[in-house]
Amino acid sequence: MSRKFLSGNEAFAEGIRLARPQVISAYPITPQTIVVERLSEMVEDGSLSAEYVHVESEHSALSCAIGASAAGARAFTATSSQGLLYMAECLYYAAGGRFPIVMMNADRSTALPWNIYGDQRDSLSQLDSGWIQSYAENAQEALDLALMSYRIAEDSRVQTPYMANLDGFVLTHTYETVDIPTREQADRFLPPYETDNRIDFENPKNMAFSAGPDTNYIFKYKAHKGLLAAAEVITETEKEFADIFGRHYTGLTENYLTDDADYIIVTLGSIAGLCRETADKLRGQGIKAGVVRIRYMRPFPNEEIAAVLKNVKAYAVLEKDISFGNEGTVFTNVNSALKKAGADVRGYNFIGGLGGRNISAADIEKIYTDIANGTDAVNFIGIGGGNNGK
Amino acid sequence: MRPYVREKTGFTFEEVPENTCFEAGYLTTVNSGWRSIRPVINAVECVGCEQCYLYCPDGVIAIQGGKAVIDYDFCKGCGICAKICKIGAIEMEAERK
Repeated sequence: MSRKFLSGNEAFAEGIRLARPQVISAYPITPQTIVVERLSEMVEDGSLSAEYVHVESEHSALSCAIGASAAGARAFTATSSQGLLYMAECLYYAAGGRFPIVMMNADRSTALPWNIYGDQRDSLSQLDSGWIQSYAENAQEALDLALMSYRIAEDSRVQTPYMANLDGFVLTHTYETVDIPTREQADRFLPPYETDNRIDFENPKNMAFSAGPDTNYIFKYKAHKGLLAAAEVITETEKEFADIFGRHYTGLTENYLTDDADYIIVTLGSIAGLCRETADKLRGQGIKAGVVRIRYMRPFPNEEIAAVLKNVKAYAVLEKDISFGNEGTVFTNVNSALKKAGADVRGYNFIGGLGGRNISAADIEKIYTDIANGTDAVNFIGIGGGNNGK
Repeated sequence: MRPYVREKTGFTFEEVPENTCFEAGYLTTVNSGWRSIRPVINAVECVGCEQCYLYCPDGVIAIQGGKAVIDYDFCKGCGICAKICKIGAIEMEAERK
């Protein structure tokens, strides 16, 4: 193990180097650029043996990765924002074809107005594309997810592409000390990719074919089951990861001071750290505050969230997203989890951080106060509430 | 070498593969139901010049015994072969069910 001072992008690139992808196809876009720059340097200096394809667009980047995966190769790509939207068509091809490609997405605002800073509207708009979606909090987790992602995506029970999301700038461009595993440890953890879902000259296959109304929905059902199966594979993978690397992760969610909490903020990504600090401060004042950090939006942690939230007095969902005309998508998902569990708890949505706007500790403290006192169902931090009632 | 057709309907849940990858040679819908007119080769006039074979965009024409023959399981009925045939040995006829 070595220790380096790295940005989120650089940490993710280190994790990908250890995962030994055979094909990397990418198109640079802020704030993702550094991860693919570092990977291209690794290919150039020979520390990563991969075919690096500098394609002409994001649509081509993922198409190329699909082709590589269909040839049985471990493939990697990375993008952000408009790039993710441009490759949207291919997201569905990759998921439907069950190609376990790993993609890093630097979460960034979507135009218009044009903006390069971080929010999560790009990836959350693609929740239905059939990809696993993780949201890292810090650079160490980003590196570890890069390594774990292939184990999870390539598992025969899963066979599903994996989108690892890092908050643009806040995570991709900030530096912290990161432990980098050894090559030997990484190889012990992650065996080479083997699959029957590939071109084989000895045993010709039809690949990426059409399916009519009689069978199409069976394929979709099986893809759904594959994504659901990722939940238990994530748990197994994290256990083996802890055995080899000594770092422990907690599955689809990470709970903080939730056991006896009255008021909980559910959130995702790098803002969770500030939420925990605020919870600590409020605990000092006798307020039982807690935090649930969603690590995976797909598969969605229905049971995990319901188990924690069903006993609280009120919860908030804090997200850098808005589904225009309704509410934040994370809020919709969390509410559905509680409804399915038969729980009836007051919940409120807080939209913040759009286009990279700062969410302050004072903002988070006010969220805890607001949900204790009752507020509008949907609130834009610093602007005001929605009109759909208290 | 062309794939051969093994038309089959009514797949069970277990028969549907986990991913879109399956043993080659299966065609579940002959010519995808696209064709409204079909090319018919007059074998007496055909001189086996291979122009239709070269121009067919779906590669469904073969030369057998010096004459062009069409694989109707794959032909989409576009009519390019009839257009390109210099001696008029290919006629487009209405598709009959």
